[in-house]
Amino acid sequence: MNVDLSRRGFLKAAGAGVAATSLGAMGFSEAEAAVAAHVRPFKLANTTETRNTCPYCSVACGIILYAKGDVRKGETAEIVHIEGDADHPTNLGTLCPKGAALKDFVHSPSRLTQPRVRRPGSDRFEPISWDAALDRIARLMKDDRDANFLARNEAGVPVNRWTTTGMLAASATTNETAWLTFKVAKTLGIVGFDNQARV
Amino acid sequence: MTNAWTDIKNTDLVVVMGGNAAEAHPCGFKWVTEAKAQRGARLIVVDPRYTRTASVADFYAPIRQGSDIAFLLGVIRYCIENDKVQWEYTKAFTNASYIVKEGFGYSDGLFTGYDEEKRDYDRSSWDYVIGEDGFAVTDPTLQHPRCVWNLLKQHVAPYTPEMVERICGTPKDKFLQVAQMISECSTPTRTMTSMYALGWTQHSHGAQNIRAMAMLQLILGNIGVRGGGMNALRGHSNIQGLTDLGLMSHLLPGYLNQPTEKEPDFETYMKPRQFRPLRPGQTSYWQNYRKFMVSFQKAMWGEHATAENDWCYHYLSKLDVPAYDILRMFELMNQGRVNGYICQGFNPLLAFPNRGKITSALSKLKFLITMDPLETETSRFWENHGEYNDVDTKGIQTEVFQLPTTCFAEEEGALVNSGRWLQWHWQGGSPPGEARHDTWIMAQIFLRMRELYRKEGGAFPDPILHLSWDYKDPHEPEPEELARELNGRALTDLRDPADPNRVLVAAGRQVVNFSQLRDDGSTMCGCWIYSGCFNEAGNNMARRDNHDPDNTGAYLNWTFAWPLNRRTLYNRASADLNGRPWDPSRKIIEWDGTRWTGYDVPDIAPTAKPQEVGPFIMNQEGVSRLFTRGLMRDGPFPAHMEPFESPVQNVFNRKMRGNPVARVFQSDVETFGDADEFPFAATSYRLTEHFHYWTKHNRVNSALQPEFFVEISEELAALRQVANGGWVRVWNKRGSIKAKAVVTKRIRPLHCDGKDVHVVGIPLHWGFTGSAKKGWGPNSLAAFVGDANIETPSSKAFLVNLEPTTAPGVQS
Repeated sequence: MNVDLSRRGFLKAAGAGVAATSLGAMGFSEAEAAVAAHVRPFKLANTTETRNTCPYCSVACGIILYAKGDVRKGETAEIVHIEGDADHPTNLGTLCPKGAALKDFVHSPSRLTQPRVRRPGSDRFEPISWDAALDRIARLMKDDRDANFLARNEAGVPVNRWTTTGMLAASATTNETAWLTFKVAKTLGIVGFDNQARV
Repeated sequence: MTNAWTDIKNTDLVVVMGGNAAEAHPCGFKWVTEAKAQRGARLIVVDPRYTRTASVADFYAPIRQGSDIAFLLGVIRYCIENDKVQWEYTKAFTNASYIVKEGFGYSDGLFTGYDEEKRDYDRSSWDYVIGEDGFAVTDPTLQHPRCVWNLLKQHVAPYTPEMVERICGTPKDKFLQVAQMISECSTPTRTMTSMYALGWTQHSHGAQNIRAMAMLQLILGNIGVRGGGMNALRGHSNIQGLTDLGLMSHLLPGYLNQPTEKEPDFETYMKPRQFRPLRPGQTSYWQNYRKFMVSFQKAMWGEHATAENDWCYHYLSKLDVPAYDILRMFELMNQGRVNGYICQGFNPLLAFPNRGKITSALSKLKFLITMDPLETETSRFWENHGEYNDVDTKGIQTEVFQLPTTCFAEEEGALVNSGRWLQWHWQGGSPPGEARHDTWIMAQIFLRMRELYRKEGGAFPDPILHLSWDYKDPHEPEPEELARELNGRALTDLRDPADPNRVLVAAGRQVVNFSQLRDDGSTMCGCWIYSGCFNEAGNNMARRDNHDPDNTGAYLNWTFAWPLNRRTLYNRASADLNGRPWDPSRKIIEWDGTRWTGYDVPDIAPTAKPQEVGPFIMNQEGVSRLFTRGLMRDGPFPAHMEPFESPVQNVFNRKMRGNPVARVFQSDVETFGDADEFPFAATSYRLTEHFHYWTKHNRVNSALQPEFFVEISEELAALRQVANGGWVRVWNKRGSIKAKAVVTKRIRPLHCDGKDVHVVGIPLHWGFTGSAKKGWGPNSLAAFVGDANIETPSSKAFLVNLEPTTAPGVQS
């Protein structure tokens, strides 16, 4: 299964060492080395590889993220390239027009980078700190729950329904995010709780 | 999917109906190409449009959207008529021989028990005759006139090739060609796979579309075998996971049910969930329901859940309606009865039908919270974008919070693919700016609310204060910690019932899988069907051994599949009554005289004798159901139903509109249109260059498909004098959109019930944010009515009118 890894290992070595001496050591002629010297250094040299999964459809193609920097070492890591994972049994390295353009999702000009609030009647978003946003959200939710929570129905049966605040959960979050989201939403008594599967 | 993507290579015939896999699931579709190239498999596409999948098919047949049941019942009729049935399988592994109660019947498009006022059936007659021994009565000879097989024969009799042509618009010769090709798969050594998607689910009778094909697959002996199955091609990367985990109004994890208020205490809730076998010796695995439920409650509320308090049963909400599904919630919101809403990675303004109603509903909220890595139309529903989003910004009093989250590349965890593989992935990049993980955000909201309840008290704080929250960093639970909760662990030493001195699992250890779960509070497990994903062997979802002995496509050591790492559901049915594979060249498992062995985890107890225990272990019958008793609201058999907005009337009952038991809100009735005013049959779909409303934020995909369009036939273009590339207005009572017309030979008019039906195709990728040109989507026009069983909106079939117009912003 590691044939492909060794191919990439080779490419990395070749990209990192464009000096004629290292290419010579691999058996390249001087002429080839001279050509190689004019070629842009291989862009994946010195990148960190991470296994990931395409977030779009349910084929769930294996992908490899290439980053400058390593989050596992606490570094800031910038994704510079994404390609199909040739070891993955389903996609065998291939990607569709969406998966092949995934880097554009990561670096989309419309990625959100700060919490924002739109006040009632306003025509714009304005920045808000995480703390202020979360405090306000918790307040709004608690006040609504306290005002409208139905503890018992007319027959006196405990029903614990909070129908006046609802939630839609995502279709591309992880199971682990989903489980935590489930715990919070259901323990609060939110019954208007669905995910994209309903659609 | 019952099978895996990689299993499709084992098939002989692929039927793509209700989907467009080449375009919407391109890298999975490669396994169809593989089957064609390596096995000589053939591909049939049945679709209103000549899709990109159709362009590589061996045979294409057109069909009117929403008429699939008539087509499929026609194929079943053809197979029965021509004795193309896998008889041994049908007799042994389905309920064909079960006797149905007197009183059950079907006439004028309706089953017995219909109540027009309630828009519901009394389903009491839709059941088996139960003998004095408590078991269902059967007639293995299939002679009894009321056995399921004879009732099915009678039920499908009207669906002749002529009737199929009349309802579906599929020319008789093309229908017969498809039926003939499918019927060849009735031998034990030929298999067919069904690949479907939202083209089947998004109808008011969506669940019955799927049942019709499942029944066909059963009488052909194609369920549980390699290259067979019912393969739902899920649309998003973790829709499967979120459904498995019960993030639905009516569900709890692992397909346990949210209680209703008719179940005021735990024993009342459990009473109808005993799942006693309906035939002697059958497994009926749901008999373990109580173990899974108690373990789930222990996962939620830990030591607070005790036998004395019914495991905190009273902490769970009790529903007063079948579900507070999205349609009901937006109806309530539009009535002003919802104050707050949270959208986590979801864009309902473009995803839900009748966008005008969605905008009106959102405008009545006090607060809206969106969590997304990208801009969404929903988070900016209040912003005026001219005719693309013509709202009165000042008048909208909703406070909106737009919270930035990480995307796939910046987080770790498991996604469940269509084939039920839980695949772990790792974080490779740093989030931009202040974007945070969804887990952090959910934890922040929860911890802040819990603190407020501690300080101030309030409405029933107990479940909040007692929610199990035992994480290293309570502010950001780690994915591995959460995954371990899903797997479950022993809370006290689990002892062997046969030998109490033997500890099977020590307190605090992970259970090996759900077979170790108990109903006495000694185990916890967040989601029983996932149990085994993260046990003491480690994170099985992170496994990456891609060896595949004998190239079966199973890949047993690659990640983890639920349940129990099983790759093909019902795989016991891949072998005959004696446990020998129907097709030795496509063995999955076989009976070696003492146990089941083979390439996959057996879908039956490993030592269950083949002649004694049926393969469909989740059913009380031990067999599969051609007749589904009262388990579905709209019939024990599928029956032809028209869409609520249809160009033709239901030929079986001209007064019947749509699905006779689908829920319709009064406020939506007036928004339905008729064919005299809106003569054209519209449908929605997606393109291979785009993924819903996300990729219009990517420059590459926006360049590949920059602009909204609608697709019409040359005949409709001539009828309405529309030029290719010219602007058209498409409208109905719910909305009006403008698009460039793509005039194409890919769509042809159909001839249904004596009239020409023109189809209008509307792709769904454009909105008013992102890098692509501004546009609309089909949801501006789709009808606000859902499937009768599960309330999936019927976005695939509605009526519109169409005329030439000028470009947006240009006065004519």
